[in-house]
Amino acid sequence: MARPTEVEIGEQKAPVIQPGHSFATITDKVASIVLRRPITNGWLFGFVLCFLILQWFLLAVCWLFYRGVGVWGVNIPIGWGFAIVNFVWWIGIGHAGTLISAILLLLRQAWRNSINRFAEAMTLFAVACAGMFPLLHLGRPWLFYWLFPYSNTMTYWPNFRSPLVWDVFAVSTYLTISLVFWYVGLIPDMASLRDQATNKIVRVAYGLLSMGWRNSVRHWHRYETAYLLLAGLATPLVLSVHTVVSFDFSIGIVPGWHTTIFPPYFVAGAIYSGFAMVLVLAIPIRKFYNIEDFITDRHIENSAMVMLATGWIVAYGYAIEAFVNWYGGDPYETFLRWNRLHGPYAWSYYLLLFTNLVVPQVLWVRRIRTNPFWLFLVSLDVLVGMWLERFVIVIVSLTRDFVPSSFGQYYPTWNDWSILLGTLGFFAAGMYLFLRLLPAVSISELKTLIPQAEVTVAHAEEVHEL
Amino acid sequence: MKDPKIFGLMAEFDNVNDAVVAARQSYSAGYRRMDAYAPFPVEELSEAVGFHRDGVALVCLVGGLLGCTAAYVLQWWINTISYPINIGGRPLHSWPSFIIVSFEMTILFSGLSAVFGMLSLNGLPMPYHPVFNVPRFDLASKDRFFIVIFASDKNYDAVRTRQFLEGLNPISVSEVPS
Repeated sequence: MARPTEVEIGEQKAPVIQPGHSFATITDKVASIVLRRPITNGWLFGFVLCFLILQWFLLAVCWLFYRGVGVWGVNIPIGWGFAIVNFVWWIGIGHAGTLISAILLLLRQAWRNSINRFAEAMTLFAVACAGMFPLLHLGRPWLFYWLFPYSNTMTYWPNFRSPLVWDVFAVSTYLTISLVFWYVGLIPDMASLRDQATNKIVRVAYGLLSMGWRNSVRHWHRYETAYLLLAGLATPLVLSVHTVVSFDFSIGIVPGWHTTIFPPYFVAGAIYSGFAMVLVLAIPIRKFYNIEDFITDRHIENSAMVMLATGWIVAYGYAIEAFVNWYGGDPYETFLRWNRLHGPYAWSYYLLLFTNLVVPQVLWVRRIRTNPFWLFLVSLDVLVGMWLERFVIVIVSLTRDFVPSSFGQYYPTWNDWSILLGTLGFFAAGMYLFLRLLPAVSISELKTLIPQAEVTVAHAEEVHEL
Repeated sequence: MKDPKIFGLMAEFDNVNDAVVAARQSYSAGYRRMDAYAPFPVEELSEAVGFHRDGVALVCLVGGLLGCTAAYVLQWWINTISYPINIGGRPLHSWPSFIIVSFEMTILFSGLSAVFGMLSLNGLPMPYHPVFNVPRFDLASKDRFFIVIFASDKNYDAVRTRQFLEGLNPISVSEVPS
């Protein structure tokens, strides 16, 4: 990992780590959350609640498998309903984790060291949620392996010219790389937990998970190379994933989908909603686990500024969409614009503009950017807004395509809502378990941020010339 | 003189600078079979024990090239030889549509190669290692730095190496049982 040589403490900015910490206090503080902190009622209540939602999700999925996708509100002409809206929404949320762990690492943003771990966990759970929707949508989900090219007795192959097949490759690669990136980051920290643990079973468990990591500097050297390479690979990967997701739409000819602005606009929207989710998680985590020393106001404010910036890229996307609808002169695109503003789903478009464009402008005010409570509310608002954006793209375009005979309306059913709610339960239950079982903040990376980590002795060149 | 029950001698330091200086002096004193341990990556320390190049980047490159080639060749073979479908006379070898899967497979293969290459070059997983026999070594993941000179080094001598390490300003020097 790119080791910053100094901790930047600006006059105005809060530090990335509160002064006064030593290597030992960092280990103690982070490890004690996992090893010594008792299970509190608050944690138990939250986890059980999310776990119950997860059980409801399982019931809904059982019913879906039993009856088929007819239990959803999808029907021709609206073949893509909530499933695709939720898929795009969840995978977008995942993108902020990779942005923090990979892109900010390459840009040597030292502040990312204390939020990357749980942001990566967030990515994993979000991508898992996202991946469920296309699988549930398959109709015959037990035949999901038909999506992959394998030699089979039907002598058939997937259609590699289809963006949906590209999506299979993009999302499965993304999930795999996110998983190994996260795991590689965890190896040294699990060794720390192994060395801190007093319980023998816990010690053996973390010892196995850490693969016998012994902090050898030779190992660290290769580890750093691998970590940096993964960051370099994950950076174009994360940009490609949402680009490919946007191709699912823009390769088609449906009005409102067939546009070249989609890839950058989707990527910006993904990071926008992802940082909103990072804040929704970070604000309570740092409060309830007393790690405001590590996740400082600086992190909170920086995330808010990323949200504000990406929010404006998304706004640019909306403006260009509207401009091209008008300037292109295509009657179907002109009608799409009219339909978005005055059609039966106009409420969703106005609500989208309000939640995604109007409300986040309060982030220009520094007092709101540094106030966790208000920032939490703005983040929730952005999450709703970005969900609505996908709703507008999928539903409004499909209900009104080219000829009035194929116009329709979309009504989500209880099963649609249950599965959306259920993935939220899955995501939150996963995060609850993660917080208790693994170090939520990277121990070894935090240590590189304090002044004691700096090597100040002069480099003795002659030593190597022997 | 060399005791087969001893893996080496371990010196403990409480700050990174002492450890770096000690590692450099050990290297100049002629010790080669040694290692240093730190709770976080210290570039100067791995340089000091004489470790300059790792093969991870090369493994990653080879993996990436393999993934890219395999994915492209597979798509070409499927679309032109195994399962050709004529759609409106469009070319079977429609390379632009093969770019994305080739790209994703490049990333997948190079990423996995980097990780598994790193682990196998490091010899991990290895749940047991002699250095764990020293009780204080638990602090290597917390706040201490260690230097171990292996008994297999040609300059190793139980007495003189201990004296040498004690002269490097360590907190303690202990034997590592193998």
